[in-house]
This record gives sequence, structure tokens and C-alpha cells, in this order.
Amino acid sequence: MIMASICRALHILKHYRCAETWSFRSTSVIATKRWKTSSVPPKHTAPIKQSYIEDRPQFPGSKTRSWSEKLEFTQPDIYDGIPVYRVMNREGKILDQSQDPQLSQEMVTNMYRKMTLLNTMDRVLYESQRQGRISFYMTNFGEEATHIGSAAALNDKDLVFGQYREAGVLLWRGFSLYNCMSQCYGNVDDAAHGRQMPVHYGSREFNFVTISSPLGTQLPQASGAAYSFKRAQNGLCVMCYFGEGAASEGDAHAALNFAATLDCPVLFFCRNNGYAISTPTKDQYRGDGIAARGPGYGMAAVRVDGNDVFAMYNVTKEARKLAVEGSRPILIEAMTYRLGHHSTSDDSTVYRSVDEVNYWDKQDHPISRLRYYMVNKGWWNDDMEKEWMKESRKQVMEAFQKAEKKKKPNPELMFSDVYDEVPLHLKRQMEEMKGHVSKYREYYPLDNFEKWDS
Amino acid sequence: MNLFQSLTNAMDIALASDPSAVVFGEDVSFGGVFRCTVGLKDKYGADRVFNTPLSEQGIVAFGIGMAVAGSTAVAEIQFADYIFPGFDQIVNEAAKFRYRSGSLFECGGLTIRAPCGAVGHGALYHSQSPEAFFAHVPGLKVVIPRGPIQAKGLLLSCIRDRNPCIFFEPKILYRSAIEEVPLKDYTLPLSKAEVLDEGTNVTLVGWGTQVHRLREVAQMAHEKLKVKCEVIDLRTVLPWDVDTVAESVCKTGRCIVAHEAPITQGFGAEVAATIQNECFLNLEAPVLRVCGYDTPFPHIYEPYYMPDKWRCFEAIKKVINY
Repeated sequence: MIMASICRALHILKHYRCAETWSFRSTSVIATKRWKTSSVPPKHTAPIKQSYIEDRPQFPGSKTRSWSEKLEFTQPDIYDGIPVYRVMNREGKILDQSQDPQLSQEMVTNMYRKMTLLNTMDRVLYESQRQGRISFYMTNFGEEATHIGSAAALNDKDLVFGQYREAGVLLWRGFSLYNCMSQCYGNVDDAAHGRQMPVHYGSREFNFVTISSPLGTQLPQASGAAYSFKRAQNGLCVMCYFGEGAASEGDAHAALNFAATLDCPVLFFCRNNGYAISTPTKDQYRGDGIAARGPGYGMAAVRVDGNDVFAMYNVTKEARKLAVEGSRPILIEAMTYRLGHHSTSDDSTVYRSVDEVNYWDKQDHPISRLRYYMVNKGWWNDDMEKEWMKESRKQVMEAFQKAEKKKKPNPELMFSDVYDEVPLHLKRQMEEMKGHVSKYREYYPLDNFEKWDS
Repeated sequence: MNLFQSLTNAMDIALASDPSAVVFGEDVSFGGVFRCTVGLKDKYGADRVFNTPLSEQGIVAFGIGMAVAGSTAVAEIQFADYIFPGFDQIVNEAAKFRYRSGSLFECGGLTIRAPCGAVGHGALYHSQSPEAFFAHVPGLKVVIPRGPIQAKGLLLSCIRDRNPCIFFEPKILYRSAIEEVPLKDYTLPLSKAEVLDEGTNVTLVGWGTQVHRLREVAQMAHEKLKVKCEVIDLRTVLPWDVDTVAESVCKTGRCIVAHEAPITQGFGAEVAATIQNECFLNLEAPVLRVCGYDTPFPHIYEPYYMPDKWRCFEAIKKVINY
């Protein structure tokens, strides 16, 4: 920083054609002199032509090239808002052929199947929570295109940091319905051994970092992971999903600022679905959404129609290219709508109208939009839809029943993974727990759990 | 009235009796995710009961600022598990504002409410009882009620106390605990424990939900072991009422302290150390702690993790037969 200022000072002094050899000390002396005598040039120099001096602000803290003699505040409404990039209209028609990603029938059908499969899984798991079979659930209704469109444009090895409503990304990568169900049940086949609430998925195999409930914490972690990728020169980027509510956390500021200053190849993907539980966006921020913050951090940003799976695909594809090739962060704001309640603990009818929800469900649903496109192409029809709905429901129910039948893991697993190895005090606590539970076994739900070795 | 309604009632009284009072936090406007602020916005207006952006550090600091400027600020953190982004503001700012300025400035008008504790399915991030973190901070008051009548009086005391208070609400009690709560304005003293069931053999110390388990255990010990337990609800964890507990233990000679938070460095350790110091010659057995294990709060293992009545009962047998 100091060196940069000195270089800049030297650059100015060059105009005086001083022949001295500059040292730090002489620099500061001359610099002082220059300002003191700016109206009367030193005698040993030629008269200065005004045009030689680039009279622009030299402050180290801003990029500005201009002065202003007019007192003006930069108002938040200097422009009309960042436009929303889209490829299809609501009837699934490509608006500008040059923007058609030209995906194959197979690829598009796969996208559609994954979007609808996610939808079916959500319905079944939501209902199962209502019946008390799992403890909690969060649906992805209305946001299917943001998941599938973005996931399809990534390299499957790109590391994903999610928030909690990105199950479609996992499904796209191959995380099975059974994997999802096992996590929700916390059964023996859950990788995290039933320790977390439902929907807190994670997968090493599919490069998806295990979900954590606290909001916004994943953002600066994503910057750090991306920096690590950059140093490893592995040609990958980090994808970080978050909501417009989480973007209010201090962590979000740290994340964007770190990623920008440290040139991290990370995609910050905001799912702006209109609500943080009950809080509408008008209570969340006053600016032009999240994308508008990009330039403030020195970061390229784009706003996209999150209900348009092709727009999501194009944006993510291009953002990924920019991030990896240019080693820099990109901010994507996907505009969408949370059709479901925040979670099974929420009743959104208390704070938003049924009409509002119906509008998005009936008029602007990402799944219907893709279906229109496929029908127009002759790739899909009612019979196929019916057949697939039956098939997908069968797949979901089979996975569900299989997961439900499995036992919970051995309670000893409560004590592992706290550290890399179980330390002595936890070994003692584990023995204490086992001793106690064995003594009072009729009061503990041991039958639902795998047995420990005694 | 259940617990969340008694809290609404307390805030209603605070807003009505103090024109500078405001209530805010995430989703507070529509009544809060636990319904504690239902109706308050309509009654007192959106400038006094309002949503904030989603930032716990912001909520705490905004409250500190309001209090420094002379307002009464009642801030809600949606879950105690999510209070940690505000930790710096609480520990380094709220708690030290008065001390560092020689009382020139203070933020005693700040009260932070946060739901805490186990609910049966909350797992790592909807179950924690982080009182010990804050009990380590000189300058704060930390209060945890066990029921509606108490909650109302203690919350009003916190709101009116001239020190920053953290008020942890055991969320499992929001709907399950129901009492005849007086409608009038009343307060209950902070830093004063309450002796609930008198006994002569063992003193059981707890706060929040744990008090209910201890009372059940006391009943069970009486029936099955003919042991008379004295149950003490600490109510305020910081600064805590040493005298009431010490007096009881000097009488009973045995003490068990129980809490949901992990045992190591939990507030039970503080109670045990103080009691052995205060009552050493009266003790018939070591002070025992029955607490959560030293693991994150686990989802499906919750029944094994909890300091439930059977673990507390076993501890009573231990101190009696020591």
C-alpha cells in the first residue's frame, strides 16, 4: 500500500523532470515542495504546461478518475435496476434463438425428470413429516430450475456449499432418493449417522459440503475453498448457494469482500425467493436486490430468471468460465419464488396471500415452463407425463419405505466424530451412557437402534 | 396463559408503560416464529415492533445503540443457537459499555430474548443451551424462566434492569407450560433463586426445563427411595444466588446440579465449585453434575444425551449411598 502511494507520487514528480536520484526521504521532501509550490514552479524546472498534470484524484481508496465541483449525492435510484436475463418466456418459447443453449433432448429430458422427481420427493417427505414419520422437512417447491439449471452447468467436481434448499443439486449429481431419505430418517445409512435434522445432506462423493443450519456461514467458507482451488490450479470453482435473507448476515459481506480482494474462483449464487421465513425482501434490503452489490465489491454480477432453467444454465455456464479462467468471483442472483412454507414448522398463510402463491404456482412455475418447451419440441406429451409421474412416485415410495424400515445407528456413534479420535473423556462418557442405559433399558428406545457391542 | 403468551403479555406491558421501548428481530413483525410477539405490531405500530434484516450481530448491536441513546430495546434472536454472530457485540460491547466509560455510557436498556434448549428433534442447531458462554462475561445478566408466571415477572425485570440482560426461553415450554398468569404489571427479583420443594436429604439445582425434570425426580425419589429432595430453581444464572443454594446444601449435605448443556465448563461446574467451597464441612458426598455429554447436540440420540429423570434418579442414589 505504502509502496503503491510512493510510486504514484513518483509518477507525478516525473513531470518536473527532476534529475535527482530518489530515495524515500527525498521523495517526501520533494513531494512536500511540489504541493507547497504548485502555483510557482521551481526555478530549475521548465514551466509546466497544465496539460502535463493529470489533474485527477490520487486517493488510494477509490478508482475514480474525476473531481466534481458540484455537491451531489449518488442516489440509490441512479438506474432502473439490473435487468433479469431470460431465455424462455412463460410459455416455454425461446425469445432469442442465439440464447438457446441447444441442449440435447436427452439432457433436457433428464433435467425435467430431475426437477419433477425433486418435486415428488418433496411432496412425499412433506406429508411424511405431517404424519409424524420424520421430524422436519423443507420443500424446494418453485425453485427447481435454480437447482437443476445451475447444477447442470457446473463441473460435477466443483465443490458446492449449500444453504439448505438445494436438494436438486444433489439429485442432479447422482445422490439417490434413498440417500436423501436415509438422511431424513437418520438411519444407519445416513453418512452423518442421524446427528443432524432432516435435509442437512452432504456428500463427499458428489462434492457437496454437509449443510449447516446457521445462515450465511457457508459464504466466506466458499471463498476460502475457492482460494485453495486456485492455488491447487485444479481448474475447478466453488459454487455457493444462499438466500437473499442470508445475504444480510455479516458473513455475506466478509465472503464477497474476501473473494473479490483475493481473486477467488467462486460463484455466489443467491436464490432470491422473496421471503426469509416471513420476512419479505422489503424488510431485508433497500437496494436493487443482491446482484447490485456485486459492483460495490468489485465483482461481476448478473440477475437471472430463476424460473427459467435454460437461463439458469447459460448464466452458470458463463459465470463458471469467467470464474475459472479469470480466477475471480461472480455473483449470480436468481429471481424466483418460494412456493412452499419455509419449513414444516412454518405456516406461510399467516404472512402472505393465497392469491400471491397461486399466481406463481399457476402462472410462472419453472416446471411448467420447461414442460411447455418440451411439448413444443415434440419431446414430451401427456401420456409421457402420466407415465413418468407414476414411475417417479414409485421410485420415491420405494426409497421411502426402504429408508423407513432401517434402524437408527448404534448410540455409541453419538460420541464419534467430535474429534478425529474419541478422546479419553468421551470414551468414559460413552461407557457411562451405555452402563446407565443398560441398567434402565426399558426407558430408552433401544429397539429402534442398532445394538452396540457390549 | 402459556409461556409464549405470558411473554407477549410482558412485552405488551413494557411497550405500554415505556414509550421508548421497542421490540425487534427476525420475523417479529408477524408475531415471531414462536408467536411471542403476536399482535404487538398492530397495537403499538411498525416503528416500535419491527422486522430486522437477517443478522444477529446487527440485531444485538442495533439494540446496544438504541439503549445507549436512551431507549429500551427488546431484541429477539430467533434461536439461542444463532446468537453467536452477535457474540462479539454482547461480550465486548454490551457487557463492557458501562465499565469502560465509567458509567458515562451504558446499554442497560437492552434485553436479548432467545429460545433455547431441547425440544426432542432440534439437533445441533435448534437445541443448544448456551448460558455458560454468557455466564462467563462480567457485566451481563443471564436469566432463564421455567414457566409462564415466572417468565413474565422475570422478563419485565430484565427489561427494566439497568444492565444488559440475556433472557433464554426454554422453547419446549412455550406451549406446554400453562399457568394462571396475573394480568397486572409485576416483576420478580433477578439473582434470586427459588426453593420449590423443601427437603432434607439432597439439594437438586437446575434452571429452565430441567427444573421440571428435577421436580419429577424428587417425587420419584420420595416414592421409591424415601429420600426428600429440595429442588431449587436458580432462575438467574448470572449473577447467581449462592446464598440460597449454600443454605440448602448446608442443610441437606448433598447437592446435584443438572443442565442440558455439555458437562465440561457448563454452569454446573461453577455451582459445584462454589458449593464445595461454601459447604465443605457439611457435605456428605461430592457435588454431582448430571448434564449433556461433551458432544454437539445430536438429533436421533437425544434420548441418550439428555440429563433425563433416570440419570438424575441414578445420581440421587449415588449421593445417598456415597
